[in-house]
Amino acid sequence: MNNNYESKTVRLIRHLIILLVIAFVFFPIVWTLSASLNPANTIVGQKIIPDNASLVHYKEIFTSDTHPFMLWMWNSIKISLITAFFSVSMTALAAYPFSRFHFTGRRNGLFMILLIQIFPQMLAMVAIYLLFLNIQNYIPSIGLNTHTALVLTYLGGSIGVNTWLMKGYLDTIPRSLEEAAYIDGASRFQAFVQIILPLARPILSVLFVLQFIRTYSEYILASILLNGTEKFTLAVGLQMFISDMYGKRMGVFSAAALIGAIPIVILFMLFQDYIVHGLTGGGVKE
Amino acid sequence: MDALSIWSAVILYNDSAYLLLIGLIIVVGAINIVYLIDKAYPMRYILPGTIFMVIFVVYPIFYTVYISFTNYGTGNILSKQQVVNQLENRYFSPQDAEEFSFSTFKLENEKEFILLFENEEGERFVGFENELIPINDFDQDIVDSDNDGKIDEIAGYKRLPQMQLFQHLSSLQDLEYEINDRILRMKNTEYFSSYIRQYKYDEDKDQLISLRTNKVYNPSENGYFKANDGERLTPGFRTNIGWKNYKKLLTDDRVFNPFLRVFIWTFEWAILSVFLTFSLGLFMAILLNDKNLRFRKIYRVILILPYAIPGFISVLVWRGLFNAEVGAVNNLLQFFSIGGIQWMQHPVWAKVALLIVNLWMGFPYMMLIALGSLQSISDTLYEAAAIDGASVWQKFRHITLPLLLVSLGPLLISSFAFNFNNFNVIYLFNEGGPAIPGAQTPAGATDILISYTYRLSFATGRGSDFGLASTVALFIFMITATITWFNFKYTGALEDVKENE
Repeated sequence: MNNNYESKTVRLIRHLIILLVIAFVFFPIVWTLSASLNPANTIVGQKIIPDNASLVHYKEIFTSDTHPFMLWMWNSIKISLITAFFSVSMTALAAYPFSRFHFTGRRNGLFMILLIQIFPQMLAMVAIYLLFLNIQNYIPSIGLNTHTALVLTYLGGSIGVNTWLMKGYLDTIPRSLEEAAYIDGASRFQAFVQIILPLARPILSVLFVLQFIRTYSEYILASILLNGTEKFTLAVGLQMFISDMYGKRMGVFSAAALIGAIPIVILFMLFQDYIVHGLTGGGVKE
Repeated sequence: MDALSIWSAVILYNDSAYLLLIGLIIVVGAINIVYLIDKAYPMRYILPGTIFMVIFVVYPIFYTVYISFTNYGTGNILSKQQVVNQLENRYFSPQDAEEFSFSTFKLENEKEFILLFENEEGERFVGFENELIPINDFDQDIVDSDNDGKIDEIAGYKRLPQMQLFQHLSSLQDLEYEINDRILRMKNTEYFSSYIRQYKYDEDKDQLISLRTNKVYNPSENGYFKANDGERLTPGFRTNIGWKNYKKLLTDDRVFNPFLRVFIWTFEWAILSVFLTFSLGLFMAILLNDKNLRFRKIYRVILILPYAIPGFISVLVWRGLFNAEVGAVNNLLQFFSIGGIQWMQHPVWAKVALLIVNLWMGFPYMMLIALGSLQSISDTLYEAAAIDGASVWQKFRHITLPLLLVSLGPLLISSFAFNFNNFNVIYLFNEGGPAIPGAQTPAGATDILISYTYRLSFATGRGSDFGLASTVALFIFMITATITWFNFKYTGALEDVKENE
C-alpha cells in the first residue's frame, strides 16, 4: 500500500484520523490523571487541568488505614512474582522431555496438554472454591483466604499454555550442543541445566513477564478465594473501594489506578516486541 | 517426605476424608515410582507440573460435572451425615425437666473439669467423665479441708472460684452427662438442666424419628428430611438430584428465559467485540503501514497504551467515565446538547458502553497483529493490481482482506473465545446489570454466561446455587471447547502433535 505519490491532503487526512483515535486513547488516561490531581475528590465540574492541583490523593494512598492500597499492590506483586517463578520453572522442566526424549506416552501427553487448554480454568470456579473450602478443614494454611491457595490455583492453570510455548522454543535449539556435552561426560540433567536453560533464556523471560502480567490482572479467582481486606490483591481491593462510590472517591481511586498501572505498562513496553511475537504465536493477553 | 505423607494419611484416615486420602496416595505413589524407576526418567521432569495441572485444572473439571448433578448450594451445603449429626445434636427441654445447680472443679493447668451437682431435692452427684454418680457412690477422695460443709477438692481437682467461671464458659457448655435417657447440659451460668434429644437417626431404615412427636422423617429426593405431612427439616443436605438442574435450566420459564437472553447476548457480545476491534485495529494498521509516515513510531507506542494497562484498571476507570451523574462522557455529550444518558441503568446503552470500552481495550492487539501480517504481504501483488487499474478499495477488498483473514483467522477465533469468556470487562463494568425484571435467577441485561455463572454462585444476598452454576459452566465448557477444537484443527496444532511421533 506504499504510495509515494500520496498528495498532501491525503497525508493530512491520514494524520488527522490517527490523531482522532489517539484522542480516544488518551481520553480516559488524561481524565484519570486530572482527577488524581484534583484535591476535591469529586468530578463535578472538573477541568482538564485542575485549579489548585495537589498530591493529596497520592499521599492518602500511601497512608490510608482503611484502604491499604500499598498492601494490596504488594500482595499482587508478591503473588505474581511467585506464580511466575514457579510456573516458568515447572514448565521448563516439563517441556524439556517433550522436546528431547522419546518415551511411551509422549504423544498422548502432548495431546493432553493441548486438550486441557480447551478448558479455561476459571470456568471451574465453583469447583475450585469448593475444593479449597474442603481443604480448609484439614490444612487451613492453604485453605480459603490464603495467598498460597491462589498461587497454587494460578500455577495449575498456567502450566498447559506455558509448556506448549516453551516446547516450541526448545525444539529450535539444536541437539548437537547437548550431544557434545554428553561426550564430555555430562549427565542428562547437567546438560539440561548447563546447556539448555542458558540458551532458553529469552523464552524463559518472556514467559515470566507474560505470566506476571496475567496474574497481576486476574480478578475472578482472586475475588472468589480471598475475602479478607488485608489479603486482597489490587484488582479485588480496587473494585471493592470504588464500586458505586465514583461521586465521592474519584480522586483517590484515580491516583491508585495510575500507580497500579504504571509497573505493568513499563514492563509491557520493555518487552513489547517479545510479547507481540509470543501472542501471534498463540494465546491472547488477559 | 514419605514419612510426612504417612503422617498426613493417618490424619486424613481418622477424619474419614477418603477422597483426599486417595488423592494423596496416588500423588505420593507416583512420585515414588517416578524417582525410583529408571525407565520413568522423563517423568521426573514432567511430574511437578502434571500434579498441579491435575489437581487444579483436571480435577475441578470433573468435580464441576459432579456438582451439576447435585443440589449443592445455600441451604444444602452439608453432607447427609453432617446434617444427621447436626439434627441429632438438637435437644428440647421437656416439661418435667430437672434442674441442677452446680459447682466446678478444675485440674490445675489442664482443661479438665469435674462438676458437683445438686438437684432440687438436695441430692448431690459428681459429674465425672460424662456420667452422673451419686456422691456416696463416688470412690475417690472428696476433701473438705476447712470443714465448712463446702467441698474444696474432688479427686485432686480444685474448686473453681465463681469469678473464674466465665473464662471457661465455652468448655463448660460442651459438657454433657447422661441421666436416665436424658442429657444434662448447661442451661445458664447457675443451672444445668436435663434435655431430651429431639431426633434419632435410624441407620437401617434411613429415617429420622422425632422423639418428641414420634413423627417420622424420610430423606427426600431434593435433599431434606421430610415428614409425610410435608414438614421438612432444615438444614438440607447435598444430594444427587440427577438431571434436575438441566431440566430446570431448559424447561422452567423463569430460569430459561433469562438464560436464553444471556446466551444470545454472549454470542452477540463476542462477535461484535471481535468485529469492532478488528475493524478499527486493521484500519489503524493500514494507516500506520507506511514507512514514510512521520511520527510513525510515536503513534504506534501511544496507540498500544490501552493494551499495556491492566484490564481491570481500564474497566474501572471507564466505569467512572460512564457514570450518569458525574461521569465525563455525559459531561462531554452536554456540549452537543445530548443529556443524561443512563449508561448503567438502560439495557441497550449499557451494552453500547461496554462495546466502546472493549473497543478501546481491544483494538491495539488487533492493530499489532494486523501490522505484522500486512508486512508479510508482498508488494508485487499490489503492483500487479495497480497495472490492472484496481482502485484502493478493490486492492483492499481483493488482496489485503482475504490474505489477512487467512493468516489471522486463528487469532480472530481465539479472540472470539476470549471475549466469549471476558468476565472482567462485563463484571467490573456493571456487574452484569441492569437486572432483567422478573427473572428468578440473578441475571442482568449485560450478563454473559461466565458472569452469570459467577453471580449464581457468589452473588451476595441471593444465596448460592452451585449446582445450577455448574450446569451453566458446563454449557460454556462445551461451546468454548468446540471453538478451540475447531481452531486447533485449523491451525494444525493437532498435526504438530502427530509430527512429533
